[in-house]
Amino acid sequence: MSKPKFTFWKFVLAVVLLVGAYSLLLRFFRGLGASTNLTDAFPWGLWVGFKLFSVALAGGGFTLAAVVHIFNLRRYRPVLRPIILTAFLGYSMFIVSLIIDLGRPYRVWHPLVMWNDHSVMFEIAWCVMLYTTVLLLEFIPALFERLQWKRSLAWVHGITIPVVIAGVILSTLHQSSLGSLYLIVPGKLYPLWYSPFEPVFFFLSALCAGMAMTIFESWHSSKAFGKQLELPLLTGLGRVLAVLLAFYLAVRTLDLLHRGVFSLLKLPRTETYLFLLEAALLIVPMVLLFFRRIHENLTALYLCSVLTLLGVVANRMNVAITGMEANSGTYYFPKWTELAITLSLVASAFALFALAVKYLPVFPDAHEIYAQRPEPVAQALTPVLAVPELTDVRS
Amino acid sequence: MSKALLYDATACIGCKQCEEACAKQNGLPYNDAVAAEQNQSEHKFTVVLTKGDKFMRRLCMNCEDPACASACPVAALRKTPAGPVIYEESRCMGCRYCMLACPFSVPRYEWGKVLPKVRKCTMCPDRVAAGKQTACAEICPTGATKFGDRDELIAEAQKRIRDNPGNYVNRIYGLNEVGGTSVLLLSSVPVEEFGYPGGLSKEAMPELTYRVLSKVPDVVSLGGVLLGGVWWITNRRVEVAAAERDEEASRAQSKAQSKERGTKKHE
Repeated sequence: MSKPKFTFWKFVLAVVLLVGAYSLLLRFFRGLGASTNLTDAFPWGLWVGFKLFSVALAGGGFTLAAVVHIFNLRRYRPVLRPIILTAFLGYSMFIVSLIIDLGRPYRVWHPLVMWNDHSVMFEIAWCVMLYTTVLLLEFIPALFERLQWKRSLAWVHGITIPVVIAGVILSTLHQSSLGSLYLIVPGKLYPLWYSPFEPVFFFLSALCAGMAMTIFESWHSSKAFGKQLELPLLTGLGRVLAVLLAFYLAVRTLDLLHRGVFSLLKLPRTETYLFLLEAALLIVPMVLLFFRRIHENLTALYLCSVLTLLGVVANRMNVAITGMEANSGTYYFPKWTELAITLSLVASAFALFALAVKYLPVFPDAHEIYAQRPEPVAQALTPVLAVPELTDVRS
Repeated sequence: MSKALLYDATACIGCKQCEEACAKQNGLPYNDAVAAEQNQSEHKFTVVLTKGDKFMRRLCMNCEDPACASACPVAALRKTPAGPVIYEESRCMGCRYCMLACPFSVPRYEWGKVLPKVRKCTMCPDRVAAGKQTACAEICPTGATKFGDRDELIAEAQKRIRDNPGNYVNRIYGLNEVGGTSVLLLSSVPVEEFGYPGGLSKEAMPELTYRVLSKVPDVVSLGGVLLGGVWWITNRRVEVAAAERDEEASRAQSKAQSKERGTKKHE
């Protein structure tokens, strides 16, 4: 890892966070009107889109937890912890962006005591809260190992199975509920996306995103730490992803057919182009992953996972923004402050991931390294993006 | 008995006194500039639209089974048995799902404020509770906006259409739209020309989400049983495999030992 590049990324991170912090000040001292392009006609924008896809990309958390703990496919264990960490950060970003997006952020706790069990939003609030707790319980062994708190570790291991089962159920509920949010807008969401099966689509695509994220992270961890799942395991994941994608795309195609809205694709509209982009981002990896040359090649697998993740992001943004535009009668593009805050949330998630990887046994065998290398406090203050150091130690 | 408003556009003269009375009732500023505004906004809950010699009011429809009230996670918006759909500001956390959910796109937000509220016509709940008419109905000089029991107003609207079929589009807008609303419209031109959404389902909107939401207990119980069951099976398999491995190992060990002993004897 060359020094200049390292400094460059740190610089980028600092700039992004600074602009983001300034935008946050604008948001909280000037209000939503001054810091967003949201209007009465378009009350939900980029931040809602961000919330939708940050949760979808965190779908690996419950998928892989079920694979390892419920289906007892222990060979996937090495990549579970980084995926749980990713999911935890994804949900944290959801909560942070929710607080920023709420008109009255200090009332974020209201759903705890003010109930409306007919509200999808109410159900999501509870599920996200509970599932974030589950993710914390699933990840906290890393901290206990680091601190060598053996009794706490034993306690948390003891409750693993019920916690994982609760996590899978909670995820199933709110991953689909994020789609259910849009069931109540049949006249507002463009027909290419409005479907009574939206909750099913959201759930299935979250499964796809979960699989893709596992491949994605495994590749990155191999780059950073020389650690990875063995190729046969990744090939297995790639195959599963191909089938999941095929199933998801088949269900969506049938839905479009049954609702008779395929002909909308003949219209030269923004919706058509962005729908086709979304479709391409999901169809291409689906087709490719069925080929042996692709799913037995690490780099090709990685590229397919990237396409899938982008496809799921495109889907969420299309539902949240593209599909809601036509009926609103306005044009919405996020203000720079909205973009800056979103970008700095993504950047902080990456930075926090790097921090966690540096100080906690996130990757298997990593705790051996930590045992050999006590961290001076001074070093702890400048750890952001210092992950590559680990490679130096190993090699 | 649920109260409602019947607005008959053919009787409206566009005097906009309802707008002014509404502003006064809700403590909002009203002047010539506001009067000229042709949009509902956070400071104008009702508006009289003009198109040639035709008029049309827009206001919150105060639905019988409102999408906004079902969408609100903290029940800040609620349908009262008397008719009004009220807003309890102290509960609202500002998620704005009500604005998205409303099929008539009625709720407005105070975007300019640091601590904003949702604003909309709430059908003068205090006045209605006190047995009075809404401010807009009380001031209306021609009776174009009429306040009363919903059933009676429907009967009257039907009678007006029957008596003067040439005067009206043969439809009471709000009778069945999204399960019925507490604001009923009669007009000589389709209300869609004034921005009202057409083609609304007769089904109440909350049913669309509750249909799915009501399955939550099933997902929890069935999911728990299924996942627990799968774990029980796969875990048993792992345990059996481990036990077999142990047995194998101990057998191999004892075999090796006996063999060792055997060779020793030979010596």
